Amino acid sequence: MSRLLLTLKAVPAIGVDCSPLTPARLAGMSSAAIAAIELQSGNRRLPAGELFDIAGEPGDTLVIRNACSKLDRIGACMNGGTLDVEGDVGAFLGAGLVSGTIRVSGGAGAFAATGMLAGTLHVCGSVGDFLGAAIAGDKQGMLGGRVIVDGDAGDRVGDHLRRGIILVGGNAGDYCASRMLAGTIAVRGKVGALPGYAMKRGTLLLAGAAELPATFNDCGSHELMFLRLFARHLASVDSAAASFAPRGERVRRFVGDRANGGLGEILVTA
Amino acid sequence: MIINGVAIDETFAEAFGMRATRLIITAANLRWAHHAANAATGFATSVIGCGAEAGIERELSPDETPDGRPGVSVLVFAVSGKELAKQVERRVGQCVLTSPTSAVFSGCDGEEKIALGKNLRYFGDGYQISKLFGNRRYWRVPVMDGEFVCEETTGVVKAVGGGNFLVLAASQMQALLACEAAIDTMRKLPGVVMPFPGGVVRSGSKVGSKYKALSASTNDAFCPTLRGIGNSELSPETGAVLEIVIDGITEADIRQAMRAGMQAVCSIGAGGGIQRITAGNYGGKLGKYHFHLREILA
Repeated sequence: MSRLLLTLKAVPAIGVDCSPLTPARLAGMSSAAIAAIELQSGNRRLPAGELFDIAGEPGDTLVIRNACSKLDRIGACMNGGTLDVEGDVGAFLGAGLVSGTIRVSGGAGAFAATGMLAGTLHVCGSVGDFLGAAIAGDKQGMLGGRVIVDGDAGDRVGDHLRRGIILVGGNAGDYCASRMLAGTIAVRGKVGALPGYAMKRGTLLLAGAAELPATFNDCGSHELMFLRLFARHLASVDSAAASFAPRGERVRRFVGDRANGGLGEILVTA
Repeated sequence: MIINGVAIDETFAEAFGMRATRLIITAANLRWAHHAANAATGFATSVIGCGAEAGIERELSPDETPDGRPGVSVLVFAVSGKELAKQVERRVGQCVLTSPTSAVFSGCDGEEKIALGKNLRYFGDGYQISKLFGNRRYWRVPVMDGEFVCEETTGVVKAVGGGNFLVLAASQMQALLACEAAIDTMRKLPGVVMPFPGGVVRSGSKVGSKYKALSASTNDAFCPTLRGIGNSELSPETGAVLEIVIDGITEADIRQAMRAGMQAVCSIGAGGGIQRITAGNYGGKLGKYHFHLREILA
């Protein structure tokens, strides 16, 4: 399988929009053509060849090495293939991802996976605020697919989440699952203040006791069989996802946010 | 052709194209999976009067079901995709949704899809919850013992209905014992159901009737009590005839089941009172599929 390597030469002074660098777009292009692709950086357009050393053969897999937090919109609207990033990345990682797999060995900035439609996004480090959340003006956040964050996530994870699965291995910040419309979020660590704030529908699965808003009503402890389907689905994705499978089916179910008539659920495993 | 003293007629069973789906019904244990499946496949012997033909295909171990619980797979057949959709919704809604601890999933990936939980979810009165895992959507409907979980749709496949063979024996009990042996063997095979009670039918029919309102009536040529009148097909030694009807996902499934069933009957043989095996057809002009008995047993 052919593989294209883009190695960042030096950390850019300001952010660079890397959204044109996707496996499908670069497939079949010559190194010279790839080097000539212009990337927006502030009010300038920089040729990709000025920022990256280009090696290998474009194809199904694109590898970005030496990445840093100045590289924004990596894998945005990507449609197919695999994008492997070595290092940290900036904001809007995988925004509007249509299909394919993005793996980041470091951390990511704000608004990762916003507007994502399908595919898989795996961040081995931590991510900033608004993971899978809607950008200002949008009514819906992430629309499908799977996001796995091994580290921590910032505030507002899944704000306005419409569909899809977000798995956070570490802690999540304040307002986790706020204004959530549907979908599933699982947090293995702790969550900050007011999880499920203004939540309408969907599921927030927490691994341990948390301080919930007073506007979530306790519906008691139950064995929910669908958690078995969830666990089996995660196991079918990959080992990283499988590690988020809830142990057992007994959870305490809280429904809210009743302050706005919401029927979302926060499930707390024992 | 004579096998173990049993004459195999030079004839064929005539079968028809149908639409089918497979449902996987699970529960806390096999007992309750069977309760749900038995109810859902009840009154489903013939499309003529029941709208569907259905039966339990086999039991499933926990590692074969989507939710890891014990279950059974059920096959439902109907004359069209539209009728199948109606029957599945009605049967699952009244018989599976209502059964304690049950859940129901699609067991069939046909291109055409029909609703499974898609409309039943409204029973949840707004409290139902959708979960999309991969490309499968499930509905969680709150019920009094917890949640009823069902998949949104199930696939429809082209199938074959009406494979059959008739067992002619010296007495009613000998015919019945031979058919029981055949059914015990056939039920071990995948892809088929024998939709009549216990898999066996005693009221084989012919097309038409002297009464205008009826489209089918008793198969008088095979009724032993009418042997002396008109066009009887029975010899003086035949005391009873029973039929086994088979619906299958593919032609090959039916062929395999007919072969296994007829072999079981023949293994009882003339010593057990079995005289002859024949099959029901309509002259070969109505059904797309012809199952020639001697070819199958060759």
